[in-house]
Amino acid sequence: MRHQLATFKLDDCLYGIDVSRVQEALRMQEHTPVPHAPEGVAGLVNLRGQVVLLVDLRVRLGREAFTADDEPMMMVVKVDGEPVSLLVDQVGDVLEIEASRFGSPPPTLESALRDFVTGVYSLDDQLLLALDVDLAAQV
Amino acid sequence: MDAMDEIVREFVVESYENLDQLDSDLVALESEVGSRALLSSVFRTIHTIKGTSGFLGFGALEAVTHVGESLLAELRDGKREMTQRTTDVLLTMVDCVREILRSIEATGAEGDLDTTAVVASIQAVLDGEEAPAAPAPAVTPAEALAVEPETAADPEPAPAPAAVTPVLPAKPAEQAPAPAPVAAVQPAASSEPAPRDLDEAPVRSATESSIRVDVEVLDALMRHVGELVLARNAMTSIAADIDDPALVHATQRLALIATELQQGVMKTRMQPIDNVWSKVPRMVRDISASLGRQVRLDMIGKETELDRGVLEAIKDPLTHLIRNAIDHGIESPEQRVAAGKPEQGVLTLRAFHQGGQVVIEIADDGKGIDPQAIAAKAVERGLRTSSEVADLAPQDVFQLLFLPGFSTAEKVTHVSGRGVGMDVVKTKVDAIGGVVDVQSTVGVGTTWRLRIPLTLAIMPALTVECASETYAIPQINLLELLAIDDKQSGVEYVGEAPVFRLRGRLLPLVDLRDVLGREPRESLVGAVIAVMHADGGRFGLLVDQVRNTEEIVAKPISAAIKGIGLYAGATLLGDGSVTLILDIPAVARRALELQETAADDRTAVVTDSGETEQMLIVSVGEDRQVAMPMGAVTRLERFPLEILERVSGSLVMQYRERITPVVDLAQILGLGTTFREELAVVVCQRGDRTVALVADEVVDIVECATDERSEVSGYGLLGSIIVRGRVTELLDLEATVRDVDARFYDAQDAELVGAGSEH
Repeated sequence: MRHQLATFKLDDCLYGIDVSRVQEALRMQEHTPVPHAPEGVAGLVNLRGQVVLLVDLRVRLGREAFTADDEPMMMVVKVDGEPVSLLVDQVGDVLEIEASRFGSPPPTLESALRDFVTGVYSLDDQLLLALDVDLAAQV
Repeated sequence: MDAMDEIVREFVVESYENLDQLDSDLVALESEVGSRALLSSVFRTIHTIKGTSGFLGFGALEAVTHVGESLLAELRDGKREMTQRTTDVLLTMVDCVREILRSIEATGAEGDLDTTAVVASIQAVLDGEEAPAAPAPAVTPAEALAVEPETAADPEPAPAPAAVTPVLPAKPAEQAPAPAPVAAVQPAASSEPAPRDLDEAPVRSATESSIRVDVEVLDALMRHVGELVLARNAMTSIAADIDDPALVHATQRLALIATELQQGVMKTRMQPIDNVWSKVPRMVRDISASLGRQVRLDMIGKETELDRGVLEAIKDPLTHLIRNAIDHGIESPEQRVAAGKPEQGVLTLRAFHQGGQVVIEIADDGKGIDPQAIAAKAVERGLRTSSEVADLAPQDVFQLLFLPGFSTAEKVTHVSGRGVGMDVVKTKVDAIGGVVDVQSTVGVGTTWRLRIPLTLAIMPALTVECASETYAIPQINLLELLAIDDKQSGVEYVGEAPVFRLRGRLLPLVDLRDVLGREPRESLVGAVIAVMHADGGRFGLLVDQVRNTEEIVAKPISAAIKGIGLYAGATLLGDGSVTLILDIPAVARRALELQETAADDRTAVVTDSGETEQMLIVSVGEDRQVAMPMGAVTRLERFPLEILERVSGSLVMQYRERITPVVDLAQILGLGTTFREELAVVVCQRGDRTVALVADEVVDIVECATDERSEVSGYGLLGSIIVRGRVTELLDLEATVRDVDARFYDAQDAELVGAGSEH
């Protein structure tokens, strides 16, 4: 059994999302801010005629929000059949990983992350954190 | 007359469509004996035809469908089994209905078809249901022959029954029952003799002058047009960069066509609710007459535009609710008098946009609904157990009304009360994502409220800028726009709260920057006040600048954004950017929270100004001014003097292809004719009647206290008032109009043209 994971970087951590949940990865686009929106909502973006919610994953994972100077990328995932765009530092490769490499999150994982990380894949040179997409995209 | 013809025509077209469905349903019933879904569908079709023919005055059609409906009611309620004989008589009924419809379509009348035989045959089944299924084959041909008298006018009576009867026994064996009825019916139709061919032409014209298009097709079209507009915009900017004259020219053409296409597609989907309402007055009159009720009908918000699909979907629910309100709501004149109410009941239809939804209310001042009676009935009908009912809150009890098979009428009338209706209402409203609820007070009246989401709808909107961001404001909330210039800003403060003095009235101001939590405004100069109305009040929304007016399509937004409670949705502007649509009532509420205390002071000041009315001021002659209530004015126009004509001593003009009587205000004032080259024309419209008043110029629209008038008056005048320091004559509009068109106010007595004054 091998798991296919779409990966992305946020700060120095590597995260993975089941590839079937990912619709596409795009460069950051012009977006519309939403006053009084809940924390973590970066705005709304026009994705080929569809209005899509933009979620700042840095805020969701307890980090500093993206600023205007950053050049984040958008990872569009499906949540309940609807697209939601996650802002990440950088989109990485799709990796095929042996299911046996999956384990529960280490107890040392910072508490802000613990809710969103379902487990950890240990790669040769680093750890890959498996993200709970539904929780992360739900603001 | 036109309206009448339209009702009939639509009825015929719709009935044909329904009958086609009904044929297949009836046949399918033979294989799926006792299917409630099929029986209900058949029942509703016949019920609808019966109801409509009843108030259109087609007695024979009503008689046939009434007895058919009774039979179907028994079948639906399981009191009777579906046999071949019942199917036969029902199909003959359908043929008979078709025959009558054909006659109605050709001549506008039912013709002299003899329907007694069909009625008798159905009645026979109803009464002597003991007649077993066995003799059915023997009965059927007789049955069909008995029907013939009405088609017997045709020279060849034999082929018709032959066409109908032999097919029937074969049907149960058919694997695909659907095509069978069509085959069965068409020979009957084509066996019609030659004279019928002439009648075919109107059939075609009625069904071909309009086509029904699936809303999904329009939705898809709309999406594609949106994409086209975006592509066009991209092209335009590329063309601007390349600067090739040929490319620029081609792009301009593309832009033009895309715009026209967009407008066209949008237009196909929007219609004023009046398209449905225009048929209501007659319906109300006829239903109330047949039930011995006295009903006055008020209709408010006719111009409210609805998406075509939505409009189509609410037609039937609306009809059912109106019938229901008259039949079950409004009491007989005697009962009303006994209850201390005026003899005449009032039925109010109201439509308006609210918070991104269209709200349609059907309110009566009748006897109301007793929750306990509802609960008891639900138990009696076996729809709920008594313990279930005991736990329900009063509001939930009303929801029982929407259960299939629920009927509260003590007796079955031909208008309503067979337990069909409310469940249809709910099903149809649910289907378009709407909500129907009911509020009722025993003895006071009942209000049914449909809330229809706007997600399908396109709305005109104003795009405004606030702190470098763009927002859309639904035009439905917008009254007018005012720019604040530096000289005479007109902004005052009541306590901390800014207000604007608008035509003598204080308008509370709400700064969009404050509402959205953006950096505060440095100076009011240059800002724009958008005067909004929401939740029955007015306020001025301060924005940085106005960008454009655009027709926008509300796109669904995620729950996270909706939950903020400030936005009705989001939309894509022409340049492809996402823009939030402000939910104006919510903005007003949010602003109120922000300045709660100040708001109290403000309302006190505003209400201080007392009873006022909006008046239109026009000038006549050199120095005279005339005021008339703005609410009665439909339109303001300018025309050259030549438009006036004199026909046998009376002044008239051709306006919108009609000869319209004209009132010369100069003559009312005793000035004689002092016309300039151009005339200011005030158009008053009521139903299909129009009267025009001519003056020299439109001066202003003001709020003024009409009770402060002096009693000095002349003919056609009520007195005079002071407007901005000038004596202004107050026109007795009703007397003046009646003078040139005595029937103006009779035209649609039952109809109230409401809310027009606000626009």
